[in-house]
Amino acid sequence: MTAPSAVRTASASGGGRTKSKSWLATVPLLAFVILIFGVPLVIILGGTFKREGAFSAANITESLQGAYLTALLGSVKLSALVAVVGALLGTFLAQAVVTSRFRLLREAVLTASGVLSNFGGIPLAFAWIATLGNSGVITKALGLDSAGWSLYNFWGLALVYLYFSIPLMVVVVVPALDGLRPQWREAAQNNGANTWQFWRHVGIPVLTPTLLGGVVLLFGGAFAAYATAAAMVGGTVPLVTLQIANALSGNVLIGHENVALALSLDMIIIAGLVMAVYLPLQRRSARWLR
Amino acid sequence: MAALTPEGPVAPLTPPAVASGPVGGAGRPRRIRVWRGAILAIAAIYFLVPLIASFTFTVKAPEQDFSLDAYGQIFSAEGFGRSLLLSVGLGVATIAVVLLLTLPAMLAVRLSIPKLKPVLEILCTLPLVVPPITFVAGITTVLRLGPDYLASTPFYQTIFAIQDENFPIVLVLAYVILALPFVYRSLDAGLGAIDVRTLVEAARNLGASWPHLIFRVIVPNLRSSLASASFLTLALVLGEFTIASLLNFQTFPVWIYTISGSQAQVSVAVSVFSLLITWLLLLVLSSAGARQRSGS
Repeated sequence: MTAPSAVRTASASGGGRTKSKSWLATVPLLAFVILIFGVPLVIILGGTFKREGAFSAANITESLQGAYLTALLGSVKLSALVAVVGALLGTFLAQAVVTSRFRLLREAVLTASGVLSNFGGIPLAFAWIATLGNSGVITKALGLDSAGWSLYNFWGLALVYLYFSIPLMVVVVVPALDGLRPQWREAAQNNGANTWQFWRHVGIPVLTPTLLGGVVLLFGGAFAAYATAAAMVGGTVPLVTLQIANALSGNVLIGHENVALALSLDMIIIAGLVMAVYLPLQRRSARWLR
Repeated sequence: MAALTPEGPVAPLTPPAVASGPVGGAGRPRRIRVWRGAILAIAAIYFLVPLIASFTFTVKAPEQDFSLDAYGQIFSAEGFGRSLLLSVGLGVATIAVVLLLTLPAMLAVRLSIPKLKPVLEILCTLPLVVPPITFVAGITTVLRLGPDYLASTPFYQTIFAIQDENFPIVLVLAYVILALPFVYRSLDAGLGAIDVRTLVEAARNLGASWPHLIFRVIVPNLRSSLASASFLTLALVLGEFTIASLLNFQTFPVWIYTISGSQAQVSVAVSVFSLLITWLLLLVLSSAGARQRSGS
């Protein structure tokens, strides 16, 4: 009911009237975002600088010290590793698929990538625990447990995060690889370029924005991931998401509850800085890849 | 490279694409084929082994024979139906709300206020920057402080009403925000692919009312992007753990996590099951999209 009536008021036929009324259709969306998204953000910002009712930077200082700092750095390290490795492997996989002659393979890999890039959270953790966890199928089959293998550490998490990061990279980079026109390669070859020179001077420069954009997306995905880590490692790997959840569940000193908000602010700032790289890059690559 | 080898007048006649292919002979193409095969094989192992192993884990407990019991137990497990229904209900509500909010706004912006487009785009992309865990940190604080500030206003009750355990509206509100970037992107692509202005003017000139125009002209033309927006939203809601668990609501993923302690096999079985469902949904969606493309 609201949708059509809102639009009706929005762009009724008359020229002058249209301009003055059409913004009404955007009001529900804007109001919703401001109320539901904006208010919590403002609360995070306000709460961060408030301790025991007074303005203070104590929360933010605390969030950048000791275990909290370790967790923050741990998250950044893990996300950076996953982003870079995932982007590289994803690009290689995408290139292998794009250049393949088998249409079916391409379709299968693309569909699988679409699904797996959304495969996160709890089910992902359990699938890996069943595979390489302490009593996992592969762990038992290969006797990895006696060799000192454990999935529940930094590297294990990286291995698991790559499971949705690589497919995400494939999804991101395949359109760009498709956009590399054969004519460019032919032109380069006709001008005497070898494969390496083609990639060095044509392929990679055209792809760079997409690749960096992919790295940023992968970083964001790994940085924000909470469910998988919570189900897999609990508290043994220091991650900022786990620390925030911990603090929200009341595991902080009395009066220090707002440390969770300070940590959140730290996270938003880091994610924001990284994402800020992405948007202009995407515009640049869009110019070439049509 | 092959095109460069001095072969006299023959070279220009062969199309370069072919020349760089099999004609080149043994050296490069075979190396590339091996390289490609190795990558695909490693990828296949990495991506298939966990799926196969999870399945094995669910059908064969140590010292026991093959059995599909774990899958049967899913349906009889305490809380399965309730949590799944809750998640599906939240998903449907989220889809309805997010589409009702975005479609009119995006249409209006496209038709008559293009200046607002960057604003809308930034607003709808922002949730990507804010990790769900920080969002829920904000939400819990609002829910905790809200009653104090709103005590004297009629909104006092709403704070509690939206946290109803049977249907927590607060989750719908949060999920709409999380879904915004995906919905915006897919609708934007859909609207970009059709000539909205011409459609609207043609329909209006032929006497269509606005509701008629929306539901009989715009929506059918946007079918595939509406479907993909809905699918992504549904997948997001069905898998969302962070917000639901920290607000203490028993949605489907939270339920899987809860039973993992006592019924490891069942929880892995549900995980496999949910992946299969997602896969199926996506296949349906992509084939529907392909049909529409070939149809138009």
